[in-house]
Amino acid sequence: MLAAIGADSIEELFKDVPAAALLDEAMALPPHAGELEVERAISVMADKNLHAGAVPFFLGAGNYRHHIPASADHLIQRGEFLTAYTPYQPEVSQGTLQAVFEFQTQVALITDMEVANASLYDGATACSEGAMMACRVTRRSKVILSGSVHPHYGEVTRTNAQFMDLQVETLPADPFGSEDLAGHLDENTACVVVQNPGFFGQIRDYTELAQACHDAGALLVMVVNEVVSLGLVKAPGAMGADIVAAEGQSLGNPLTFGGPHVGLFAVRERLLRQMPGRLAGETVDEDGKRGWVLTLSTREQHIRREKATSNICTNSGLCALAFTIHLTLLGEAGFTRLAKLNHAKAVQLADRLDVLEGVEVINDTFFNEFTLRLAKPAAAVVEALAERNILAGVPVSRLLPSDGTLDNLLLVAATETTKDADVDTLCTGLAEVL
Amino acid sequence: MADDLQTITGHRGLVMEEPLIFEQDAPGRTAVDLPEPPDVADRLGSAVREGPIGLPGLSEPQVIRHYLRLSQKNFSIDAGMYPLGSCTMKHNPRINEKLARLPGLAGIHPLQPQSTVQGAFELMAVTAEWLTTLTGMAGVAMSPAAGAHGELTGLMTIRAALEAAGNARKRVLVPESAHGTNPASAHMCGYSVESIPADERGRVDLAAFKENLTDDVAAIMITNPNTCGLFENEIIQIAEAAHAVGAYVYCDGANFNAIVGRVRPGDLGIDCMHLNLHKTFSTPHGGGGPGAGPVVLSEALMPFAPLPYVIREGEGFRLVEHAEDGDGAPYGRMKGFHGQFGVFVRALAYMMSMGADGLRQASSDAVLNANYLLARLSDLLTLPFPGPCMHEVLFDDHFLHGTGVTTLDFAKAMIDEGFHPMTMYFPLVVHGALLMEPTETESKETLDQFIMTIRSLAERARDGEVDHFKQAPRLTPWRRLDETTAARSPVLRWRPDLPQAAE
Ligand SMILES: Cc1ncc(COP(=O)(O)O)c(C=O)c1O
Repeated sequence: MLAAIGADSIEELFKDVPAAALLDEAMALPPHAGELEVERAISVMADKNLHAGAVPFFLGAGNYRHHIPASADHLIQRGEFLTAYTPYQPEVSQGTLQAVFEFQTQVALITDMEVANASLYDGATACSEGAMMACRVTRRSKVILSGSVHPHYGEVTRTNAQFMDLQVETLPADPFGSEDLAGHLDENTACVVVQNPGFFGQIRDYTELAQACHDAGALLVMVVNEVVSLGLVKAPGAMGADIVAAEGQSLGNPLTFGGPHVGLFAVRERLLRQMPGRLAGETVDEDGKRGWVLTLSTREQHIRREKATSNICTNSGLCALAFTIHLTLLGEAGFTRLAKLNHAKAVQLADRLDVLEGVEVINDTFFNEFTLRLAKPAAAVVEALAERNILAGVPVSRLLPSDGTLDNLLLVAATETTKDADVDTLCTGLAEVL
Repeated sequence: MADDLQTITGHRGLVMEEPLIFEQDAPGRTAVDLPEPPDVADRLGSAVREGPIGLPGLSEPQVIRHYLRLSQKNFSIDAGMYPLGSCTMKHNPRINEKLARLPGLAGIHPLQPQSTVQGAFELMAVTAEWLTTLTGMAGVAMSPAAGAHGELTGLMTIRAALEAAGNARKRVLVPESAHGTNPASAHMCGYSVESIPADERGRVDLAAFKENLTDDVAAIMITNPNTCGLFENEIIQIAEAAHAVGAYVYCDGANFNAIVGRVRPGDLGIDCMHLNLHKTFSTPHGGGGPGAGPVVLSEALMPFAPLPYVIREGEGFRLVEHAEDGDGAPYGRMKGFHGQFGVFVRALAYMMSMGADGLRQASSDAVLNANYLLARLSDLLTLPFPGPCMHEVLFDDHFLHGTGVTTLDFAKAMIDEGFHPMTMYFPLVVHGALLMEPTETESKETLDQFIMTIRSLAERARDGEVDHFKQAPRLTPWRRLDETTAARSPVLRWRPDLPQAAE
């Protein structure tokens, strides 16, 4: 090959690199290794972790343990899905494109919105994109962030807003779901961002807030970080939300230490042109046969550069595929049953915990996660339980450390994977450490 | 040829017609057998869903068939050569997938007590160490979700450092050959974007760059090797000039595959660079993600890196999640939780498998393969800038002038030959760009077949066989799709009242 190129050595091909920067030997890193050795080395790290399947497990806070059907994980590993890229050539990408079109439809249906995109990175970045989009649509610069929103989602939104000259008014954490949001609306408010069920688990009907937002010329952005709730809880669209930003991990995607996950993003049709992210749309080929293409790319960076609605390019394709396969397996009957099962498990858990000495369930409403007020700081309780091989929940102070009033609060989640014996173990453990 | 045979079913041998899931709905059907929910008094309050959602019900065999049939309508790197320039479509080893699914990695929650996930922090730290060693940089922000997200992270880090020094500045200089995400990211970071032209060698025009370089420039975003597949040989002068006015050098590392193990960006005066783990480090592209875009940073920028980050502490590791728990001055947070952990697992498996020697070999082979294409094709195709190239080779459409065949037509004809087309119409600095990136994955035999195909196609175009190109692709289950109609009256979801699948 070198002869065909007319070079004497590989080194000659690197002649444009400044000589001082060229390394002439391999770096001080380990040499190549076979599968067996690599598997061993990485398994050693994996074995140091206490994983959800091994112990009673009650964590949520935006990342939920659900059962993933074997066929979903099998199908996403087909090389034709796994090792393809963005469907730029529609004639040889109809598999991905049709799956994206179905995904968009499913997301629109469960959120009760008109259109959804092909995915964003995760729920937190979707939340931020939603707030930014509301500012573009309304040409206003203030975002009101409810105390119901996941703290990471709030942090990401504030991080992005600070460089765009947008103001984010963050309301205090709202464990009781009792904050008044409409009172904060003014003529410069682009949107109110709420989460339902809230970070503390409360479920609210935001229909009136949506109306108040619209009366003030603002939009309502609704975050959902447990999508399974949409099988039972009134959908954002039915409440009048204009933009929905959700985390889709619960369907098809394992915990994986918080990523990669999949951001769902759905809007009202009239806002379509300001939407970030890719979209698959229906069309026909030269023979009149129905097919799909990426469309409305004049919103996107590769056409519009700095005037694009977002810089996003690679998104969460395979996670979105896992989501859509899982939801297809479930169907209407399975999805609503999964939601009921999650809720029922959580109600049973709450009833068991509420009667323990030093434990109080503070929610009047919840889906599959709720907040406990403990007699002691929750972080220490969780550590003590972890020593007994119980992963008891997420101390609110882990995410909101500066607000001392929340130190005794513990988020606890149950899903279809929660076993009765795990609940017994948790109750016994809590009674011991409290 | 029997390719005009009309079948009764619409299936064509192994290529099955597959309607939408919504068109296969059997109400009440489900493929997941869940237990009956226990009977409890609900705690949902009044905000409950009313009425059906409209999700279709299918059985498990139906679902398997559906997605299997869809998968068969995709081109993939597993199936054939995918020389999509700038995207590094290399082989995705399956050991990566297997390891990412270990329960101790896939089944851990990001908010477990830190003492219970020390192995996960170790994996993040070890991955970070490989990345900083390979790039010769002081540290790395691991949380960005993809390349574009890394760009935004890097620019925000720069902005935070400049703000701390008293002046955020106003402008970011972006070469016109840059990827669209570069200017989009600069804009999202609050900067105005100024385009710097390329010179006749396809590199940043140093004189134009210096002319635009004033003390209100926050950074230059350079891509190296650049999107023309060329090494920016004046990078050190560019960096020195930028540093002289207090500006930073951001490097788009999408093309790092060309230089891994041979050149450390840290030795080139680069302050900050994202890595696309889904390109250089073999994690699957997944039909459009997920990726990961860690950003390596210089010593000066490290304190401003976003939350969270892992530090070694005594025998173990600690995750810093809040500014007050660490020494730095993080500007904020980019993502929920801790980054694309599952992608880190795959990238680390790749780096360990390849090792220092294998990584250097891979970049050498990638560059060799691209130069082989250049050598064997440049007499027929037109090369806007002379080689040697790095890991990808850029042609323009001069060779098609007067033939009536466009770059797009040419690409569609490649599809009939069993190749995924190269990147087209990017970078914008040349007319009708054709950017080919073979990667180290392809053997000489595959490259020779590719070369032979491209040569024959180029000759056919020159010989006036326009129809062959205008009709292409003809052997795919779909012919060319009408993108104009799709955009003019967008249909972005299925609705019951839309026309059903063609019978
Ligand atoms: C040169 C260049 N820069 C940046 C990007 C953006 O990377 P990502 O798609 O991972 O966001 C790409 C990817 O397509 C690219 O080719």
